[in-house]
Amino acid sequence: MAFTVKIKRQENAESESYWQSFLCDGNADMSVAAVLNEMNRRVPLIDADGSGADPVAWECGCLVRKCGACAMRINGLPRLACNTFLRDLKDGAATIEPLSKFPLVRDLVVDRGIVFNNLKTLNLWLDGEAHMSDWTHELRYQSAKCLMCGCCLEVCPNFSPGGDFAGAVAAISGFRVFDQSHQSKHLGEVAAAYRKRYFEGCGRSLSCHDICPIGLPVEELMVRSNAAAVWGR
Amino acid sequence: MSRPIVIVGAGLAGLSAALAAAENGIKAKLVSELPSERAQSVMAEGGINAALNTKGEGDSTEQHFADTIAAACGLAAPNAVRGLVEAAPDIVRRLLSLGVQFNMSGFDDIDLRNFGGQRKKRTAFAQSDTGKQIMAAMIDEVRKYEAKGLVERYSHHAFMTLLLRDSVCCGCAVRDCYTGELVPLDGGAVIVATGGMHGLFGNTTGSLLNTGAAAAELFRLGVPIANAEFIQYHPTTAEHGGKRFLISEAARGEGGRLFVMRGGKPWYFMEEKYPEFGNLMPRDIVSREVWEHGKSAQVFLDMREIPSEVMKKKLSGIIDDCIAYLRIDPQKEPLPISPGIHYFMGGIQVDGRHRTVFPGLYAAGECCCQYHGANRLGGNSLLGAIYGGAIAANSAMDELSDSAKTTMPALPGAAAPQEALNKLNSVMQSSLGIVRDRETLVAGLAELEGMPGNLPLLGRAVLMSAVRREESRGGHFRSDFPERDDDRFLRATVARFDGSRITVSFEKIQEGR
Repeated sequence: MAFTVKIKRQENAESESYWQSFLCDGNADMSVAAVLNEMNRRVPLIDADGSGADPVAWECGCLVRKCGACAMRINGLPRLACNTFLRDLKDGAATIEPLSKFPLVRDLVVDRGIVFNNLKTLNLWLDGEAHMSDWTHELRYQSAKCLMCGCCLEVCPNFSPGGDFAGAVAAISGFRVFDQSHQSKHLGEVAAAYRKRYFEGCGRSLSCHDICPIGLPVEELMVRSNAAAVWGR
Repeated sequence: MSRPIVIVGAGLAGLSAALAAAENGIKAKLVSELPSERAQSVMAEGGINAALNTKGEGDSTEQHFADTIAAACGLAAPNAVRGLVEAAPDIVRRLLSLGVQFNMSGFDDIDLRNFGGQRKKRTAFAQSDTGKQIMAAMIDEVRKYEAKGLVERYSHHAFMTLLLRDSVCCGCAVRDCYTGELVPLDGGAVIVATGGMHGLFGNTTGSLLNTGAAAAELFRLGVPIANAEFIQYHPTTAEHGGKRFLISEAARGEGGRLFVMRGGKPWYFMEEKYPEFGNLMPRDIVSREVWEHGKSAQVFLDMREIPSEVMKKKLSGIIDDCIAYLRIDPQKEPLPISPGIHYFMGGIQVDGRHRTVFPGLYAAGECCCQYHGANRLGGNSLLGAIYGGAIAANSAMDELSDSAKTTMPALPGAAAPQEALNKLNSVMQSSLGIVRDRETLVAGLAELEGMPGNLPLLGRAVLMSAVRREESRGGHFRSDFPERDDDRFLRATVARFDGSRITVSFEKIQEGR
């Protein structure tokens, strides 16, 4: 099937953005990531108007929703390009933009460094041996599955990259730290930082829950992290 | 104050090295183009081997050693493998204490599953996301040392070349992928942990981030590449969107069966030919059988007999992934499969302590040649990455140089343009299939002749290694030399570049103690 991919392009953070369309031919079960890879292998790459184009800058690793690299806005929503299939797109057209909440680097590449820095400044790590309860095994497993792709932060009304609010990533990752830690000074520090940087800033819109591209139980992890950090349960 | 260790690559081997350094109070500079969460290690599914013997089968490190050596067809260094298998149980228990969500069984025992080429249940696993679960815990642990300043991340930085003084490695030059700036990183040692050379082929089960560019630059500089022709084809993959989609060996470990239709009925050819191991022979053998039977019929992986409880608790992600990417529910229909390139047993030549020929330069993980010989056992790669990373860091700390700073290096070797890359990929794919012969290998070499750039240079070294090994062993099968020839080839293939030409020689495998 023939379809059009319209991509928002930008040379660097300072330059003007522009739209560029490309014609593609592929089957409906191809992912947007497969399409982008195929395009970038074209020599020369020609856009829909017949002009030469530079390869599209984007981040991509596993192509099977395990690494979170290829998060971008597709037809208005943040998604993983490797997990968005042409069959699911309306009218055989994809409009692709970089995530808007993070500083732009080039084309579809944004700097998501704040996500990782937040986890560091929240002190999210275990200070002793993991205490593992059978009952919460599955939830800890889900917590550790987070791809750090940034989709939940993109739709969050409370998150901005310059702000102090760490977003759902903190609640998701925080769960396994709260759940596996013994009472300690470190745990108290994590809880205090969590209350300030997550609990007090979250407006409970839960937009993060539905958008998660791998379907993590965001709401449950958040409820349990809140319970641990705020009420010590 | 010791000089820092520069670690290139933040996957499992790189994290393991960083952790070993930081725990000893040595600062690690951890370089990676993308964060650890994006590394190929998160794609590992099936598990990690350790003779924990929690299933009452009388497993032992001796048996783990024997299985690994047997699968490697004589090319794995016994002393190195001995160290690996003996460290394995403690490594897995340590991972558990770091908070890896391994499947458990009985009373607080780590559950183990069957895996290819192993006589006992020995593969610890976290459903079908073992790599991701291990990475999450390792990243959490390394974060602790980041906060203490003992691990300094150079995210969005790509390896460009080494800083060398008289062949002694004193650091490396990296490029900031965001600004394009070239940054020299001074270090008392450099550990390269950049993953396999998947980018030579373009279409593998591996991550697209594992381009092989770092190994190619090291090769250009004179670091030998060993056993490059030993490429592991995974028996059960499928084509999706220009890339090989992996169906984990765990599917067969939990009861999945391979068949082709014969006379209107499924023929479980592996079970008939190999009654002891059945569908769980080592991967080189299964892949060749699948390839052979696939010439005349479609080969299927049948998971329908696996109980739904096992599917849910031990293979959870596989069903969802097959439905999403292949549009097939493996609980209802058999999956059409074919072998695909999955892992590189060969790579940067290292000794038992993960040292390369350049003093101060070490390599660990899939990018180096160690532990797996001619064929790797499933479940030994995560283990090799963790163990090898730690050994490399220990060696580096023992030998940490405090020589003076160096200046910026000469320009690194050129990257190949896209057109050349496309051609390289297609030549490598067509020349280095499961079954090779001199004619196609030499034709492939001729096509790469004169092609500029580092990756085509490395590609030529791989092809030349395959030409020179005139025998069949493990992952290297030559239709023109179908027998194993221990007299001539019970040796490691070593390819070197001297600045103008590539030479291939065969070196003795170090004998076991």
